[in-house]
Amino acid sequence: MSEVLDTNNPETLTPPPEVVKEELLAKYPTKVARKRAKQIVINEVGPDCTVPEIMANVRTIPGIITQRGCTYAGCKGVVLGPTRDIVNITHGPIGCGFYSWLTRRNQTRPAGPDDFNFMTYCFSTDMQEEQIIFGGEKKLRQAIQEAYDLFKPKAIAVFATCPVGLIGDDIHAVCREMKEKLGINIFAFSCEGYKGVSQSAGHHIANNGIFTHVVGLDDSVNGGRFRINLLGEYNIGGDAFEIERLFEECGLNLVATFSGNSTIDQFANSHTADLNLIMCHRSINYVAEMMETKFGIPWIKVNFIGAEATAKSLRKIAAYFDDPELSARVEEVIAREMPAVEAVRAEVHERCAGKKAMLFVGGSRAHHYQELFREMGMETIAAGYEFAHRDDYEGRRVLPNIKVDADSRNIEELHVEPDPQRFTPRITPEDLARLAMGDLTFKDYEGMMPTMANGSLVVDDISQYETEKLIELYRPDIICAGIKEKYVIQKSGVPMKQLHSYDYSGPYAGFQGAINFYQEIDRMVNSKVWKFLKAPWQEHPELTAHYVWE
Amino acid sequence: MSSLRPARKNAKPAPVPYVSTTNACKLCTPLGACLAFRGVEGAIPFLHGSQGCATYMRRYIISHFREPMDIASSSLGEKHAIYGGGPNLKQGLLNVLCKYNPQLITVATTCLTETIGDDVPRFVKEFQQEYAARGDATPLPPIVMVSSPSYQGTHMEGFHRAVRALVDQLAQAPASTAAVNLLPGLVSPADIRYLKEILGDFGLAGIILPDISETLDGPQEATYSKIPAGGTPLAQIAAMGGSQATIECGATLKGQDTAGQLLADRFGVKLFRIGLAIGLRETDLLFSLLEMLSGRETPRSHALERGRLLDAMVDGHKYVFGKRAVVYGEEDLVVGLTAFLAEIGVRPVLCASGGNTGRLKAAIAAVTADLLPEFPEVRGGVDFHDIAEEAQNLAPDLLIGHSKGYHLAKRWQIPLIRVGFPIHDRFGGQRLLHLGYRGAQQLLDRIINAILAKKQADSPIGYGYL
Repeated sequence: MSEVLDTNNPETLTPPPEVVKEELLAKYPTKVARKRAKQIVINEVGPDCTVPEIMANVRTIPGIITQRGCTYAGCKGVVLGPTRDIVNITHGPIGCGFYSWLTRRNQTRPAGPDDFNFMTYCFSTDMQEEQIIFGGEKKLRQAIQEAYDLFKPKAIAVFATCPVGLIGDDIHAVCREMKEKLGINIFAFSCEGYKGVSQSAGHHIANNGIFTHVVGLDDSVNGGRFRINLLGEYNIGGDAFEIERLFEECGLNLVATFSGNSTIDQFANSHTADLNLIMCHRSINYVAEMMETKFGIPWIKVNFIGAEATAKSLRKIAAYFDDPELSARVEEVIAREMPAVEAVRAEVHERCAGKKAMLFVGGSRAHHYQELFREMGMETIAAGYEFAHRDDYEGRRVLPNIKVDADSRNIEELHVEPDPQRFTPRITPEDLARLAMGDLTFKDYEGMMPTMANGSLVVDDISQYETEKLIELYRPDIICAGIKEKYVIQKSGVPMKQLHSYDYSGPYAGFQGAINFYQEIDRMVNSKVWKFLKAPWQEHPELTAHYVWE
Repeated sequence: MSSLRPARKNAKPAPVPYVSTTNACKLCTPLGACLAFRGVEGAIPFLHGSQGCATYMRRYIISHFREPMDIASSSLGEKHAIYGGGPNLKQGLLNVLCKYNPQLITVATTCLTETIGDDVPRFVKEFQQEYAARGDATPLPPIVMVSSPSYQGTHMEGFHRAVRALVDQLAQAPASTAAVNLLPGLVSPADIRYLKEILGDFGLAGIILPDISETLDGPQEATYSKIPAGGTPLAQIAAMGGSQATIECGATLKGQDTAGQLLADRFGVKLFRIGLAIGLRETDLLFSLLEMLSGRETPRSHALERGRLLDAMVDGHKYVFGKRAVVYGEEDLVVGLTAFLAEIGVRPVLCASGGNTGRLKAAIAAVTADLLPEFPEVRGGVDFHDIAEEAQNLAPDLLIGHSKGYHLAKRWQIPLIRVGFPIHDRFGGQRLLHLGYRGAQQLLDRIINAILAKKQADSPIGYGYL
């Protein structure tokens, strides 16, 4: 870490993490400080990649301005939002539906003019006081009927907002009834905003719902030798398009993506794939686990953020299928793509190396994007997730030690058993063992912290106040977070990149995405705009006259 | 769905009374309350409910204004939904106090806490007593509360309720002053700056509530302040009861129990209700009022702006005359825009709003009666699905409203002139001017240029001289 520090320049000196942590906690009331102390950890990677324990996935303290969203946001906004041909009806007052109306910049590519795309729509029951008092089931039934009459969609999904659970509407019964009546797939999610501690609960509920109501409905096997699913990729800014391009060039057959650029038919057929690839471990590992138990599909963790990581992930897939032709094609693609990446990387490296980044975003992005910064020679001095759990920080090895608290117990854990007819192990135990000896690990995610430098700071569920404090203490060159933090950070004189929605930009995945990201970050960290903060007459009052005369 | 602009048909289809809402033309009640609260100096908006509400509303407000927008939350979970949110509210208030040291905390409720029936005034009273008992050195700032369940009304109801709550809970027994209270409604920071300039030029001491001119459109500075500078000072709100008059803007507020009405009833402050000062005649009304209240003539600079606006109206008439417009958005904004369009010769064919006060039609009639040969369709409580169905047969040439109408503009290939809130597919929404002679001038230029740009784009030849 210190090799990149210019010790002659006090401005670039990073204060010791112990001091930073103490400063972050200083202003909190004792009880709050005690809790936050467990969520702010100084990283130290032990000999076999063990890291210190961090407290995560616990309730946000009221009045701390958190960046977290709610269960509804995780379910409707994140996981189900990017599927274009399901009519998503928000059952509740208008706000929730309105605020999740295409705001995440998920992109999609309908197959043709006749392919449905409801992503630009916002359907809501727009609950009024009358429904709060007398119940909203009738209105929901009518809304489903109207959506059906208007569009004749393949499927309709219903999402509960806070009041729905409180007034006791049985949305699942309404959906069952309407499913029978209309003959299309209709299902509901009890994703009331107050459940769980963050959007993470909503991901879990969404996973359960898709698995129960959609996965496995279509057993037809649609050809292809290397059949894969990509899980936890949401096609923000076109990421999925870039990954799909690479898969196609490598000769991989993508059955389904959960859920960027996806359709409900893909989900229904996804259990026919032979390998599940997990991008965002936090939001989608449940589906992968359940598909493995029920259908016998193994899963591996991949990462297509970063050129090296992309190449590594493609090689992992090739190793799994163990086919010389596939391996050769993967190597060909990597060899073809890398020179362009390398040229830009080398160019920006000159200007960006040694600069410091902080990432506070998501449930996997804060980890994945460190790859890109590393490739540019930039150092991640602090990072944290908004809604991740301990396993996303410390690795899945800690899963047996995670205490299930009341909030997590509220979210149903589906009991899944092997399907009597359709369970087929995709790989023999011997092959599994052989592959595991190599570079391929199944059912595992190492977590973010083992890949971070010793002494870097890891902060879970960072608050607005802590972000401001960290800027003051670390003066990073760039911060990656979401739109809620964006303008606070920029007003503090630090460039800020949104990694929830990528601002107006993207894709950042794959090789082409890496090039985009290098160029974007280079532009931001080397921007001259901050030099103009002070007007000339403020900077050099004695020069004013001269300035005017000239 | 046709991708082309629909032809005009004579037969009007019977509107299908949809029960559900598809592509809403309104936002939720507490969002409006938070926007209003952001216009008070030193205030931190606080939402009593699930934390998702604060997060969603922040991200939405931020994407329009491109400014920080902190909203604290009591972050209720399932347990609190059952046993009540009092403890969380109190803990949240204390934490906001410690970290932000605000001059005011403003608590708005959400559908969660309204549905479970949390008694916020009682919780706040208890909190104040408990805080006093702690004997803390930092004095407790005032806490203003508003009830804003999202199943009642739209963001505009939330906005007006919040303004009323501020006045109700902060205005005190008056010492008479020559000041004028100006309640501008939900307009842009640029609009508020312009209103301040006008008041100043009339030599009037104005109290503008809320004032988002700096809090939601602040400068880039060397250091960041947790609570942005600007906003209506608390002392000014306290003094509103002693002002010589209140000007309350909003054509559909007539007869309502608003902040202006409260100031009139409780403190005897004379109330003048006008519409949003959009277009020539609505602005003339405002200036006449200011002349009367200040005892001065309209300053020359403003008279000149009026003159230039008229001049531009004469010059630009040929481009816009007879064009057919669909106007949508908040009711008061729609009334103002419709008045203006009628003045410049555009035919408003459909005036629509997600708001549903029932007063939209009368308000539009009042501002257009003598100008329009044919009264436009007026629809309150509609969504974009209804607007599309209705407009399908009206052959519109242009749309005027916020970003959410983009899909209709794309479908019909007609220009959308973006105004109001939210604007998240163009840059600079917070700096759009709608009000006054100057705002009308800018609107006129934008409308004409949008029409010219379309004409140019549609031409296969490419005439560069229009």
